[in-house]
Amino acid sequence: MFRPTTVEEVQKAVREHSRILIRGGGTKPALSTPVDGATVLDLSGLSGVIEYNPGEYTFTALAGTRLAEVQALLDSHGQYLPFDPPLVERGATLGGMVAAGLSGPGRYRYGGVRDFILGVRFVDGNGQIVRGGGKVVKNSAGFDIPKLMVGSLGQFGVLVELTFKVFPKAAAHLSVQLRCPTVETAAQALYRIYTARLDVESLDLTPDADDRATAIVRLGGLPEALPARADRLRALLEGGEAIDGADEAALWRNAREFAWTPSGWALAKVPLTPRRIVELEAGLGKLQTIRRYSSGGNVAWVAAPESPQVLDGVLASLGLSGLVVFGPPGQPRIGLRNGQAVENRVKQVFDPDARFPKF
Amino acid sequence: MNAKALVNSLARLFPPDRLLIQPGELTPYESDGLTAYQTRPGAVVIPETQAEVIETVKLCHQHEVPFVARGSGTSLSGGSVPVKDGIVIALNRLNRILKLDPKERLAVVEPGVINLDVSKAVAAEGLYYAPDPSSQQICTIGGNVAFNSGGAHCLKYGMTSNHVLAIKAVLPDGEVVQLGSDSTESAGPDLVGLFVGSEGLFGVALEITLRLLPRPGKYHTVLAAYHTLAAAGDAVARVVASGLLPGALEIMDRLAIQAAEAAVHPNYPKGAEAVLIVELEGEAEQVAEETKRLDVLIRESGAYEVRVAQDEADRQRIWKGRKSAFSAVGRLSPDFIVQDGVVPRSRLGEALAEIERLSQSYGIRVANVFHAGDGNLHPLILYDGREPGALDRAEKLAGDILRLCIRFGGSITGEHGVGLEKRDYLPQMYGETDMDVMWKLRCAMDPLQIANRGKMFPTGEPPAMRHTGLHPLERAGLISRE
Repeated sequence: MFRPTTVEEVQKAVREHSRILIRGGGTKPALSTPVDGATVLDLSGLSGVIEYNPGEYTFTALAGTRLAEVQALLDSHGQYLPFDPPLVERGATLGGMVAAGLSGPGRYRYGGVRDFILGVRFVDGNGQIVRGGGKVVKNSAGFDIPKLMVGSLGQFGVLVELTFKVFPKAAAHLSVQLRCPTVETAAQALYRIYTARLDVESLDLTPDADDRATAIVRLGGLPEALPARADRLRALLEGGEAIDGADEAALWRNAREFAWTPSGWALAKVPLTPRRIVELEAGLGKLQTIRRYSSGGNVAWVAAPESPQVLDGVLASLGLSGLVVFGPPGQPRIGLRNGQAVENRVKQVFDPDARFPKF
Repeated sequence: MNAKALVNSLARLFPPDRLLIQPGELTPYESDGLTAYQTRPGAVVIPETQAEVIETVKLCHQHEVPFVARGSGTSLSGGSVPVKDGIVIALNRLNRILKLDPKERLAVVEPGVINLDVSKAVAAEGLYYAPDPSSQQICTIGGNVAFNSGGAHCLKYGMTSNHVLAIKAVLPDGEVVQLGSDSTESAGPDLVGLFVGSEGLFGVALEITLRLLPRPGKYHTVLAAYHTLAAAGDAVARVVASGLLPGALEIMDRLAIQAAEAAVHPNYPKGAEAVLIVELEGEAEQVAEETKRLDVLIRESGAYEVRVAQDEADRQRIWKGRKSAFSAVGRLSPDFIVQDGVVPRSRLGEALAEIERLSQSYGIRVANVFHAGDGNLHPLILYDGREPGALDRAEKLAGDILRLCIRFGGSITGEHGVGLEKRDYLPQMYGETDMDVMWKLRCAMDPLQIANRGKMFPTGEPPAMRHTGLHPLERAGLISRE
């Protein structure tokens, strides 16, 4: 295992090893555990915020910087990464978040990691430092390499520095939780919010143990306006319990940190659309799983007690793709795959000697 | 390259009215929104089906003849200027909205669909397509995708790339690929993100899945007039620092206001050195509270006149002056160059002072209209193409402004793309290795470099001929430059 503290050391490590697996905080073991003797490149030593000017709504940090550090700094200026980066408390890093391509429940309102990444520096498979994107909030010069790196799973290079756009944080939050008799009815409630002219920060659905289901909606904004907005939301939902304060924060912390996933279980991310919620529920049928639908039903998080590979067939048959985040390493991508031809061409450019894994 | 054999093959694929080869027929395709460049293509094909596009690309590849996919030809960076003797694939008839799914907030469109038509098609459902380039009445989604087009609402909602979920494309060697899905999330590398903004160098998008948003419940649009440009800039800094997140923050300077007044009479406050447009949007109660805060900020910023749009018609009047400012500049000057460099927002004031200094030293008028919230400048460099050397001097000034953006840590383009116009400046913004890697990506997607050859990279054929005057569509008032 190597723990570089400078970009030069990253370059040296890449040049000297033929098979490399990159690890940030190690919070997503299915992606950061080596198989077949690959050398682990631990980036936790390449850490620190390099530039932050709140008036620009941007910051630049080394890839091994813990999200907790970034968030504390942003928070002290009333700003945040609006997509609620997951696994912050477990020690996730900025680079790991980008490479895994994970966003939390807040991605519903303004977009995910891909929508807030502005610039990237990385060491490619040839050991050279490559820069893509920029440091200003708007830039369309050259190919959008920063976006390509979102979800790249360490296949193309070692991220060393990242620039992000940030937003001012809402002054106050309030959530409304609606218990529904079935997943179908909860999905109908979710649909009503999905297309309504409301500014909702997060919109999640959880199938509950008793076969019922809960829709959870989060509002953020100026505290004076929240009560009236919550009333409108409850009218649209035809009910629901308003929650605020510490209980409200705990609801979303539970989602963001995957605190609902039993210890030792596997966890997979499954992109979908709201319409597919009921289909996926039926498809998973008898398999023992716990699900949480997030971002207005655009992503399902599926936890299972055994190898996540049991999900592979179900996802493939539904035409869905998946990414295993917790669980055994080796084959994190399950279900349907597309764009493989393009991905292969990109891989050949960045990593012709296949030093990094090919998932 | 075997253009003649290719045209023979294309003649078997397209009827004569959809394969243009006569000089007179080719004229409308010789240039785009960057009017200083002009090149005659070998032929123009007008496909009506995706299969015809795929077949055309395959034939181009087989004959090693370059092609340029083209929508409405509104590119401001010369992105759709043809390659000499190459093929133009005109996509205007590939303009079907293939699927509207308001419940899932999705639209699947062909590349020739007009930007604004997407919003029109879903307006009754309370939805819209957010990216709003000023040419949205005529520009196509395919072109928006190629150049990652922006608009006035990028600070809050991002650019085209933030609203594209999936793309079916034909790569330059004829392989058809499906990237992304209907979901806003993905598993694996963001290949859609890579394709958007690739300026046509990775092939032709055949089907594009767009994300739709619910229309904001309420708009609050404020126009504030200032005695100095610096004071307007200062107001922007105050709004940004306050924690408000307006949908739009726009500034026009005196020359731009003059032009707008001459053209569309928006009746902006008299004697303004600068006007600022701020638009709040969202749920009514939230907007009402934000308005109270904004009022205080604007009052403290020294605005000498403040107007608030009372209804939608009023709001459209305010925006009309802004959105038509570019074509309106045509009233002040026979020719002009528009740029879209970006500087860090905190250095906007410095950048504008520097542009003013350059304008003085070159003796060339420069009007400024800009997306202040993004630090996205839009200097309009006015010249008369009939004066010997005028275009050269204007381009030299434009180059100085691009270098200024790079020096300030910004970008040479915020939303127009590199295209033909700024290809010599891209290597000044990125290092040698960065450029080399981007070039290799280009070659991996297009080994023969036939797709939109000569754009983005400072290689390929020499720049095309120059001419003078507004774009025909611009003269007709159909497009504006932004």
